[in-house]
Amino acid sequence: MRPRVGQMLASTVDTTAVVVVRCPDSELDITCGGAAMTEANGPGPAATGTADPDQMGGSLLGKRYADEDLGLELLCTKPGQGTLALNGVPLPLKSAKPLPASD
Amino acid sequence: MNISMLLDMAAEGFGDRIVIGRTDDGLTAPRLRELAVGGAHLVREADADAIVYLAVNGPALPVALFAAAHAGVPLIPVNYRLGEAQLDALLANHPRALGIADPEHGEALCRAGLAVRSPEEWLQQAAKATAPSPGDDEPTQEPSDSPAVLIYTSGTTSTPKGVVLRHHNLVSYVLGTVEFAGADPDEAALVSVPPYHIAAVSNILTNLYAGRRALSLDQFTPESWLDLVRQQGVTNAMVVPTMLARIMDTDGLDRSVPSLRALAYGGARMPVRVIETALRTWPHIDFVNAYGLTETSSTITILGPQEHRTAVASEDPAVRARLGSAGLPVPGVELEVRDAYGAVAAPGETGQIWVRGEQVSGEYAGQGSAVDERGFFHTRDQGRVDADGYLHIEGRADDTIIRGAENIAPAEIEDVLLLHPDVLDAVVVGVPDEEWGQRIEAVVVVRDGAEIDAGDLRAQVRGTLRGSKTPERITRWPELPRTPTGKLVRRDIVEALTADRRTAVRPVGRQG
Repeated sequence: MRPRVGQMLASTVDTTAVVVVRCPDSELDITCGGAAMTEANGPGPAATGTADPDQMGGSLLGKRYADEDLGLELLCTKPGQGTLALNGVPLPLKSAKPLPASD
Repeated sequence: MNISMLLDMAAEGFGDRIVIGRTDDGLTAPRLRELAVGGAHLVREADADAIVYLAVNGPALPVALFAAAHAGVPLIPVNYRLGEAQLDALLANHPRALGIADPEHGEALCRAGLAVRSPEEWLQQAAKATAPSPGDDEPTQEPSDSPAVLIYTSGTTSTPKGVVLRHHNLVSYVLGTVEFAGADPDEAALVSVPPYHIAAVSNILTNLYAGRRALSLDQFTPESWLDLVRQQGVTNAMVVPTMLARIMDTDGLDRSVPSLRALAYGGARMPVRVIETALRTWPHIDFVNAYGLTETSSTITILGPQEHRTAVASEDPAVRARLGSAGLPVPGVELEVRDAYGAVAAPGETGQIWVRGEQVSGEYAGQGSAVDERGFFHTRDQGRVDADGYLHIEGRADDTIIRGAENIAPAEIEDVLLLHPDVLDAVVVGVPDEEWGQRIEAVVVVRDGAEIDAGDLRAQVRGTLRGSKTPERITRWPELPRTPTGKLVRRDIVEALTADRRTAVRPVGRQG
């Protein structure tokens, strides 16, 4: 798929949902639990996929998963058991940057 | 990306934690979400195209903000202190809005032909509507570029303009500056600005996303603020400079705030004397100076806690001057200072401030986007960036005094006047003058019981700056006209001084 910033993606194997915070303008294979993610709230019934038992490491609510080289960043809006991956490689958790509360 | 997404995440992540209001009767995130869904049902039922909020801050405000988002309409928090004519003109823009107003302001909504409900009635009605027809639980599928909030500018320099903040502006701001669940469960934030101030709106979003309980104070007094901080164990607070000045300057206050960890300030220029006093009074507190505009979805630069401590302890004038700076840009915001020809100014050189970023809207209702072809928005603030990238604000471009052919920023003269230990507040304006076009005049507020010689004050300015920047006259007033959010109303000052010329009321002195 060719993701766009602000797009909501849903897992087809568990409850995981993410929003695309940053992405390159190119075709990407974004998966959760080994199955391709689909546009959330899209038309038709939610797709169901088959989970790869080796890709069930989980995703955490509010955490960012990013590939700095490709410039993809996903924010987890609903947690689940599946592992988020890009082009077959698990996406690492992005470390939080501390910024003081300003308002 | 819709701000409803932020509430959904909070409802999923924070469970029983109180996120809005007092610990004993506040709202959890799931309850806030239920009320927002109920409120959205009311909006749809009324076929309203906006929610107008003409009331003080309280739990009804976040419910209104998220109800509007859920229903796919903007929230319009309106300044209840506006004059009747201004208020009527503004409300005439929103004939199909759902209205929420305090009893004392309801009349304005009635005049505009809108049904009125009080904040309490709004919360009760939203609670009753929380189990509506199937399908209501799903938010209206709005594209992320629909307006989330419309905030009218304070109009201190021109007619109020409606600033359009779209969902993607606000969500970008939150995602760029706040870590989800970043707050400890015991943290509580106190907001003292009214709902029509951008910081009131951004506070709802950032505190909720961080998991920090948010409290509001509807009528600021130093006593009530300090009492609430102690009583509710407030850890984070945001004030405008005049509020901090009153907390520091009022005699006989118990200023102990053991729970307070961080204090953010912004919205107007902070006198160095006030922040220095605050740093001395509360050495354990992390101070944050936040600079931003309504048009930029709140904060675009931050001067952090360590920078405050380093500056106040430094012997190096350049480092020390940072206490008066607005700090460095937040992630995702680019900043340029441009000179009179539109070129990017060199470090240290004064120009006008332009900003770019996802959180920057730069859009006015009915006028479209005001950003340039490269996506930069003109803040109309003057300033400079020092060698280390720190932004120093030098006031509004519209406030510039043109004396003869010389452009003079009032801010640098005000800073010198404020260095005097007995000058509590100061303003410098250009008053129409036949010979110079404008002449420089100052008004000062002097500490009770203190006597100040105007000649000494003028000598202080002449010694620091130069003769052409020395106010021709310095007048003493009991207080300066400021909006409740701390912004000076220079127009009124110029008018009063012009009239004053003819009647000569209470000048502290004048020398040729």
